[in-house]
Amino acid sequence: MGAQLRQLRRRIKSVKSTAKITRAQELIASSRIVKAQQRMQAAVPYEREITHAVSAVLSNTTNVDHPLTVAKEQPATAGVLIVTSDRGFAGGYNANILREAEALKGHLVGRGLTVKPYVVGRKGLTWHRFRSREMFGEWDGFSDNPSYGNAKEIADTLIESFKAEDGIDEIHVVYTGFVSMLTQNVIVKRILPLEVEEAEAPPEGIPPYYEFEPTAGDVLDSLLPRYIESRIYNALLQSAASEHAARRRAMKSATDNANELIRVFTQQMNQARQAEITQEISEIVGGANALADAAAGKE
Amino acid sequence: MAKLRVGVVSPEREIWTGEADMVIAKTVDGEIGIMPNHAPVLGVLVEGGVLRVKRGDGGDLVAAVHGGFISVADNDVSILAEAAELGSEVDVARAKDALQRAQASIEADHEDADARLKAKRAAARLRAAGEEV
Repeated sequence: MGAQLRQLRRRIKSVKSTAKITRAQELIASSRIVKAQQRMQAAVPYEREITHAVSAVLSNTTNVDHPLTVAKEQPATAGVLIVTSDRGFAGGYNANILREAEALKGHLVGRGLTVKPYVVGRKGLTWHRFRSREMFGEWDGFSDNPSYGNAKEIADTLIESFKAEDGIDEIHVVYTGFVSMLTQNVIVKRILPLEVEEAEAPPEGIPPYYEFEPTAGDVLDSLLPRYIESRIYNALLQSAASEHAARRRAMKSATDNANELIRVFTQQMNQARQAEITQEISEIVGGANALADAAAGKE
Repeated sequence: MAKLRVGVVSPEREIWTGEADMVIAKTVDGEIGIMPNHAPVLGVLVEGGVLRVKRGDGGDLVAAVHGGFISVADNDVSILAEAAELGSEVDVARAKDALQRAQASIEADHEDADARLKAKRAAARLRAAGEEV
């Protein structure tokens, strides 16, 4: 067997096994997107209710002077929460996030702020470590399946440093928003000082006049941290769904490319095989002719 | 008589929704009973409280609610719990076990706030399941 033929057979074999792996990854990611989407759906009622409750308190109290809602006059430092994935194999997912985070950092530095990164996900952690950048919060191990406890942990750290005297004055979050299976966008948002977002159109008429137990201030005190936790939980869930969608897409195109390669290599291999057979036949014919000629010469 | 529309939600899922005649919850100020046409209220719930939803014919719904809020407006009652569990879903043996372990660590260290919280939560789960604590 010719050397070229053997080489092609080996390449086809290796590409085939790669295709098997990427295909499996694609299928796993597809099934996990569904689960991630269900979790996003399951979190919607709580988000809606807590947003409603926060706007109810804010509409009932004329002068809100809560530390979490007041912007400092001279902000000096900004915290940036960057949500990346734990594993790669997801196309440009992490690269996009980190690029946006860099752009945000440039923007904040332009405003004269010092930027402190808080990073979620192993990919983001290694990216920062490789560049020996200091991180002020590091979390990993849950990027594809975050729980509310994870969000709470992150929110606690962020709120604590926001409240601290020499802590951070603003908190931004960079994550990937899940629009659909095909579209995911990097979203950059400021979460502190707080701006409450109404998910739906504000209800008609005057908001009801609430009584508070025990007082409006106390309710706000415990409501606002929960609201921030819920925002972060939402960011984690959307990032998880986006991660799976990005991985599915990347693995699908990898499988397609592998199949295309196999097709091309098989063609080349067949060509090589035929060339070899043709050559062998002409050698045999040539040899037979030479023998016949030699025999004819003797007579 | 008008009915209350009740929703019990936690960050990770919607636990129960339905109609009821009366809702009893425990806020930091004490127990609060909500009946139809109640004035709008927003209250902070205690850690390890028990929520009762009286449904007239359908029997009562009991749930252990750990922290969170109750919000009432226009006969809509929302219970936003950090964590909640229906009484029927409580694993009694596990809750008892958790309570005993928490009490043991309180015995060992009276300042152990974490164990106190765990004991409260376990007790609430047992009460919601209809056990005497």
